Amino acid sequence: MQTNPHVRVHDLSVSYGSTPALNRISVDIPEKQITAVIGPSGCGKSTLLRAMNRLLENSDGVSLSGSILIDNENIYDPGRDVTEIRKKMGLLSQKPYPLPMSIFENVAYGPRIHGMKKKNEMAETVRHYLTISGLWEEVKDRLHEPASRLSIGQQQRLCLARGLAVEPEIILADEPTSALDPKSSQKIEAEFKHLKNRYTIIIVTHILRQARRLADYVLFMYLGELVEHGPAAQIFENPQHEMTKEYIRGIIS
Amino acid sequence: MRSSFNKFEEAVFRFLMIVSTLVVLGCLFLIIGTVLFKGIGSMDLDMITRTPQGGYYLGKEGGVLNAIVGSIVLTSSATAIAFLASLPVVLYINIYAGKNSRFAELIRLSLDFLWGIPSIVYGAFGFIIMVYFGISASLLGGIITVALFILPIMARAMDEVISLVPVELVEASFSLGSTRIETASRVVLRQTLPGIISAILLAFGRGIGDAASVLFTSGFSDRIPLSLTQPAATLPLAIFFQLGTPFPEVQERAYASAFILTIIILIVSISARLLAARFRRHTIQ
Repeated sequence: MQTNPHVRVHDLSVSYGSTPALNRISVDIPEKQITAVIGPSGCGKSTLLRAMNRLLENSDGVSLSGSILIDNENIYDPGRDVTEIRKKMGLLSQKPYPLPMSIFENVAYGPRIHGMKKKNEMAETVRHYLTISGLWEEVKDRLHEPASRLSIGQQQRLCLARGLAVEPEIILADEPTSALDPKSSQKIEAEFKHLKNRYTIIIVTHILRQARRLADYVLFMYLGELVEHGPAAQIFENPQHEMTKEYIRGIIS
Repeated sequence: MRSSFNKFEEAVFRFLMIVSTLVVLGCLFLIIGTVLFKGIGSMDLDMITRTPQGGYYLGKEGGVLNAIVGSIVLTSSATAIAFLASLPVVLYINIYAGKNSRFAELIRLSLDFLWGIPSIVYGAFGFIIMVYFGISASLLGGIITVALFILPIMARAMDEVISLVPVELVEASFSLGSTRIETASRVVLRQTLPGIISAILLAFGRGIGDAASVLFTSGFSDRIPLSLTQPAATLPLAIFFQLGTPFPEVQERAYASAFILTIIILIVSISARLLAARFRRHTIQ
């Protein structure tokens, strides 16, 4: 199941002030598969993810070198429109942050700022993406209630619907189940499996079992280095690197 | 042994906290009570429906409608100007410059410094500006001076709430491909609307109750101002002038005026709170 690379990270280094966070990462991330980024906390997993949609540059004192190519275009080329780049990627964070508006408006927010105006088209879009994220049945009668009234698991699925509504190609997920109960986590994981036919999914996780359940491709990172990467079967069954072996066996965590 | 001491300690501090709370509440009711008690004798419909007639300050008939209208118009306009001037500042330092940036800290320091300047200094400053531009004491002069005086209060109060917006919420908006201005106007303002309303109220309350800033700048008139260039009476100055007379019945009217001022502030506070509660239902914790 060899596919084309969708995201090509080349020689990427990031540091916060004088503290290095990523050291010369180069990797190709396959299209329409689930790629899991694993590794102990503080190894740079989230930094890598945030570099991909250029959220990183909002933090103070960040310096970055190297390139990230998405659809063969470097997102760090000067003159690239950052909102266009971000529109290509949906982001799920650790704790869901719905926008301070109604359930409906949360999903409508993206399409609206990108120019959708017609009312019935909007209603259809909102219904469509809430259905995809598996939330429609639960919220169809209370679309105009504040999103903050949903349970945290529902909020995370709402954030998924909100992200999908801008029609991204890639879903970036930063430990998306870490704040959720087991049932809700299961739902999110099921969504991912379902969505990978259409989207390239990159998920940062520190839950090894989750990576085993979901991943087609795995990146193992340690202290800002990309130690090993490859198809999931290879990383989990036959890791080449000593450090990866220890991590997979649970000796380091 | 230790646990009984802990219990004693707990009881002492609890007692102290209850006492403090009662002192604060007591002060509030004492102030309102005194004003009400001393002013109630003069409180009639004339007070709020008529302007001072001839000899009002000697005890003849009339009311303080001129000052009520003057205060409300002056402070509302000043609040609007201060809001229009402070909102961009606050959004800029929090969303564009970065809320922890040096520039943001410099602005905060300046605002804190401006906040600390006594209102009489604003009054004197406003007066000099007016002399320079050849404006006499008028509604306009008062509006500008009060706007300057309450701007740092409003800006800092808004900054407090906007800087508390979770960074993840801002990032969520960015990650959907929205620009900074869309994020600021559609997400950050929505999230902080209750706090912004409180900030406006706080500034309005400070503005309407201040006498020193309008003393030289807005003048005083027994008539309701009909244009920006006419002098305007304000409630704090009306209280000041009435208390300054040697006639007990006029002094009593000062308390009635103070009562009216208190009621105006109360009405504004309560309606602002109701308004804030309406918008709070969307706020993300």
